[in-house]
This record gives sequence, structure tokens and C-alpha cells, in this order.
Amino acid sequence: MDIILAFLIGLLYAAGIYSMLRRSFIKLVIGLLLLSQATNLLIFTAGGLTRAVAPLVPDGEKIPPALSADPLPQALILTAIVISFGVLAFMLVLLHRSHQTIGSDDLDKMKGTDE
Amino acid sequence: MKSLILRIAARNLLPLFLIISVVVLLRGHSAPGGGFIGGLLAAAGFILYAIGFDVKAARQKLNFNAVNLIGAGLLLSLLSGLLSIYRGAPFSTIEFFTLKIASNVSYAISTPLFFDIGVFLVVVGVLLTVVFSLMEEQ
Amino acid sequence: MNALIPFPILLPLFTAIILMLSLRWQTLQKYISLAGSIALLIISILIFAQIESKGIQAVQIGNWPAPFGITIVADLFSAIMIIVTAIMGIAINIYSFSSIDINRQRFGYYPLLNGLLMGVCGAFLTGDVFNLYVWFEVMLMSSFVLMVLGGEKAQMEGGIKYVTINLFSSAIYLSGLGILYGQIGTLNMADLAFKIRTLPDTNVLNIVAMLFMVAFGIKAAVFPMFFWLPASYHTPPAAVSAIFAGLLTKVGVYAMIRSFSLFFVVDVDFTRILILWIAGLSMLSGVLAAATQYEFRRLLSFHIISQIGYMIMGLGLSSKLAIAGSIFHIIHNIFAKTNLFLIAGVVHRLKGTYDLKKLGGFYKNYPILALLFVIPAFSLAGIPPLSGFWAKFILIKAGLELQQYVIVIVALIVSILTLYSMTKIWAELFLKAEPSTGDNKPLLKPELSLLVPVVLLAGLTVIIGIWTEPFFNILMRAAEQLINPAEYIHAVLGVQL
Repeated sequence: MDIILAFLIGLLYAAGIYSMLRRSFIKLVIGLLLLSQATNLLIFTAGGLTRAVAPLVPDGEKIPPALSADPLPQALILTAIVISFGVLAFMLVLLHRSHQTIGSDDLDKMKGTDE
Repeated sequence: MKSLILRIAARNLLPLFLIISVVVLLRGHSAPGGGFIGGLLAAAGFILYAIGFDVKAARQKLNFNAVNLIGAGLLLSLLSGLLSIYRGAPFSTIEFFTLKIASNVSYAISTPLFFDIGVFLVVVGVLLTVVFSLMEEQ
Repeated sequence: MNALIPFPILLPLFTAIILMLSLRWQTLQKYISLAGSIALLIISILIFAQIESKGIQAVQIGNWPAPFGITIVADLFSAIMIIVTAIMGIAINIYSFSSIDINRQRFGYYPLLNGLLMGVCGAFLTGDVFNLYVWFEVMLMSSFVLMVLGGEKAQMEGGIKYVTINLFSSAIYLSGLGILYGQIGTLNMADLAFKIRTLPDTNVLNIVAMLFMVAFGIKAAVFPMFFWLPASYHTPPAAVSAIFAGLLTKVGVYAMIRSFSLFFVVDVDFTRILILWIAGLSMLSGVLAAATQYEFRRLLSFHIISQIGYMIMGLGLSSKLAIAGSIFHIIHNIFAKTNLFLIAGVVHRLKGTYDLKKLGGFYKNYPILALLFVIPAFSLAGIPPLSGFWAKFILIKAGLELQQYVIVIVALIVSILTLYSMTKIWAELFLKAEPSTGDNKPLLKPELSLLVPVVLLAGLTVIIGIWTEPFFNILMRAAEQLINPAEYIHAVLGVQL
């Protein structure tokens, strides 16, 4: 399972970076999104995959069952998802606004601040 | 988009969305759910309404400025954390109360509930601010 | 009780909330924001005094014990950085009084500014690598919006580059963090420092260290990851680009110093040499690129990169004296660099352009501005007795003690080249006669609220330069805490190293 996920993560990173290198702004946004998904999956895999129950504390007990999954990677991913959700919303607004002011989706036309 | 089906669906689904969002918010205390997902549901109801009618009607339906919702939510979350400092514990320590309504009816309330309601308001506010301003520009 | 420690984060949040709720009353906004920054300064000084008397302070948020919950730690280094942040907040708030237009204010300029301060303070105070990521994002989200607020074409173009590269670096940092958690099973900085020292296999740790280095390096704009900075920092209004130039890159440097002094300490020889190389190349490439520039703020942007090199150099040398020099240089640079950006803003206010070729005659027309420019410019180039001289002097002394002659020579050459850049601005802007444009516009007078922060920061540069001794002693104690993390670990976990 780890191997499959490792390849999947690699594939997502590759796809993300490939999209980012394209000239279109919308593909750049998609690339960043893929990159953040790859990262989330990496945290999930690196945190250790176990076949176990959810770490919910049963009624009347103080600790979760002995064989339960590590909740921390999932908490980290949840936070990262929320943050990337906010960032994505911002990127979409920026995409929309920049299309209005610059009138193009082509990143090569946005070199005005580089010279 | 002025489809009659969508309008009627949006008008009738909005209260349903809001009720479910509150249910999800409240059950989030000890089961899957919570302020974030509840806020998404509530915002989805208003967004559907804005698609069915228009943004102006949805804003009237909301009756609050969406930015003020963010502010109110953050304030509620902040205050829920500050209470424990007042009681001498580190910031954001969970505090429990019992709310007595009648002599034999009482509710157990804790500060995470207020934190979660704050999260709910922030999520609704952020989503609606972004979506409404995007829809208005078109 | 150390209940005070989370307040540098909570206070800007509170100010931002009040500002958000009172967005309708435009005239009140600036005063509320300024009051919030002054309160932040008072609280940060109180925290500093507390650490001075009682040592490193830690708070476990929510009362969850250390490696499991969120920890907020304040040692001398973070306390000093928070004081500096608060001073910057005050300066930028005053500067914004007349330089930020009503339209930007209506879209929430002041709440965003306070959000930025909250993110920066959070990054300085957190004791947990994942929370460092969260605070980075809080800071970045505010800065993204501040960057493009106003929606001019150049701002959009600069903003896209800025947003993309910062999100990319966050993704790299998060990847490193995931691997780190998989290897060690903790994300608390003190716990990491404790456990890493007993780790048998350091290879994976080096990978993580390099991922962190790239991520922080992008945020701090070091060689070869600096290209985004001069492409974006000159696009927003002067007040915004000044606080970006002063604070944001330094948060990256702070994170680098914190992580490489606290927990990436196993394979020291490898990382230290690498950091020294990066430092030298950053200094050189930044200052050489600056020499070719004629746009005022772009020139200063390239200087940021070269100055970041000095800060990293202290980390690469990593003796107690060198770390103290690094912190000294960070503080000096925040004051001096922000001040230069603010002066560039004043020039733009008076003449409507940042292009040095089109400017001139300022010495004749605005002699006071010339004096105010000379202080931070000479400080940056390292002329005694200003603060920049002492920062460089300490770093070079530390380099000589450790017999790293190459980096010392680079630092000295770069110092001379910095002086060249500053004299170029001086010659173009102040000495050269104003290129005649045909129409004789009357001389404008700069608003008082633009000059007050410039004078304030110039005064701080001079004060640090003259009363160096007590200031330096504090920094040595801060460096001592960084070099020997035993006290830090004890404050957080309650165990002895």
C-alpha cells in the first residue's frame, strides 16, 4: 500500500509542477492545488498507514482503543486543507481580477515588473 | 439564471440547509461534524439562493454584512479562549458550566461550543464574502 | 503567571476584529489600529521584562501537556523580535495616515495590516513546527491581499509571482514536516530537539533539513531563490512594501535560525558549510544586481537579498558571537531598510515617480530629507557609529575568530559595494540637478505623518549605534539561549537535556 501511495504522490507532484510550468494562469492555479494535495497525501503516508479503528474514545473510557489509527496526521491534513481552501479562494479572485485588468491568461504577458 | 424550478428549490431548501447546518454544528461536540462543515452547509444554502435569484436578494435574506459575520465569529472564538485566562488557566483551556433553566432542567455547556459557533460564523462570512463579490462582478 | 505570553498574538487579532466590525466608520480606523500597535508594544516590553527576570517562558495552550498540545514559547530572541514588530506596526500605522487612500481603507487595509502583525508575532512565538506553518499562512494570506489591494496592473503581476512562489515554498515546508513527523513522531520544537539528539540514522533528517532550508530560503529570499522578491516588492503602495521589506523576509530568517540552532544540529558540518555558501552568494548577487538598477524600490529590494546574506552568515558561523551578530543585523536591517522604503515613498509622494533618472535636486529643495536619508543609508553600508557598523563588525569579528576568511572578505567587499549603491542614490536623487520637465510645478511639502515614522526609525538607528553596549549584552544573552537549548527544552518540557 505504501508503494502505491508513494507512486501516486510522485505522480501528483509531477503533474502539479508540470501544470505550474505551463503558460496559462488557470493551469498554474490547478498545479498549486495538485501540489497541495500531493503534500497532504505525503503527510498521510509518512505518518504511518495502519489498519485500525478510528481513534474515538468509547463511552465510559478515558483512552481510545489500543489498536487505533494515529489521529495527528489527519488533524494536520485537515488544517492544511482548510488553509489551501482559503488560498484557492483567493487565487480564484486574483485570477478573475487579473484577467480583468491585464486582459490575458498568458503568464508570459505578465513580465511588466521584471525589467 | 432565472429558472423557476431553481428559484422554488432554493427558496425551500435554504431553511433546510440552515437547520441541518445547526444540527451538524451541535453534534460536532462529540461526533463527526462541527463548525467548519456546518458553516459550509449554511453558506451553500445562501449561495444556492444567490444563484436562483441574485446576489442582492441573497444579501437581503442574509440580513447581515458578511464581513461583520467574520468579525463576530472571530470575536466569539477569541472570547471563548480568554475566559480561561480570567479563571487563571492558560489561554483556551476548556471550561465547563451548567446552565439551569428550571429547577430540574439544566444543560452542560463548555467553551469549545462557543469556539465552534465562532468557526461556523467565520466560515459562513468568508465564503459569502468571496462568492458574493465574485458573482457581483460578472 | 505567564498568561501574558499569548497576547502578542491575541491583541492584533482583537484589533483586527474591532477594525472589521467598525469598517463603516472610516475615520476611526487609523486611530484604532495605531492604538492596537501601541498596546502591542507595551505588552511585548512587559514580556521582555518578564523573560529578563525569570528566564524562558512557555505556555501550553488549552492546558494540554507539552509534546501533545500547542506550545507558545518566548525566549529573549522572540521577545526582541516582537518588540521590533510592534515598533514597525506603529511606524507603518502613522505612515499610512495620509499615504493610504480611502478606497484601500474601505476594502479592509487596516484589519489586514493587523492580521499581518498577528501572523508575524505568531511565527516568532510558536514552539511547534506545524504551528509555524499555520502562522506563516496567516501572515501570507494577509500579505497576499495587501499586495494586490488597489488592483493596479503592476500589483496584479507582482502579486501573482509573490503568491505562487510563497505557496510553493509552503508546500515544500509541509512535505518536510510530514516526513519529519513520520521519522520522529513529534512536531513540538523542544521535543524534536530532545529526540533528534538520540536518533541513530541522520540521512532522512538531512533530507528534511534541506526541505526546510529551501522553504525558509524562499521566504527569506536567499540565493538562488530570491528572484520573486525584486519582481514584486516594488508594486504595492509605499507603506505596504516598507513593512514587507522590513518584516516578512526576516520571519524566514528567524525560522531558519530557530530550526538550525535548535533541532537540525546532528550533521552540523554539512549544513553550516552550505549556509555559508548561500550567505556569501546572496550577499554578492544581491549587491551586484542592485548596482544596475535605477528604480528606487527595485534597487532597495535587491539590497534586501544582500543583507539577508549577512544574517545567514551569522547562522553559518554559529558561534555565540556570530548568532548575536545575526540578531543585531536583523534588527538593524528591519529599521534601516524599512526607513529607506518609507523615504522612497516620500519621494514618490513629492514627485510622482520612483525612477532615479527622472529625479534630482532634492538636496537643494529638501535638505532635511537628505539628512534623514543619510542615516539609514550609511547605517546599511556600515559607517560608524550607526547600527549597521556594529552589526557587521560583530559578524566579521566572529568570522575572524573562526578563521573563515573567505566569507569575511566577501562581507567586506559587499559592504563597499553597498556604499557604492547608496552613493549612487545620493548622487542621482540629491546632488544631481533636477531634470527639467518644462513646467515649473511648485514644491510640495511632505505631510508630517510621512516624516514622523522616518524620524522615529532614524532615531532608533542612531540610538542603537551609540548605546551599543547594553543592547549588545542583551543580544549575547539571547544568543546564549539559542546556542544552549537546554533552558528552552526545560521551559517547554520540564526535562533536563
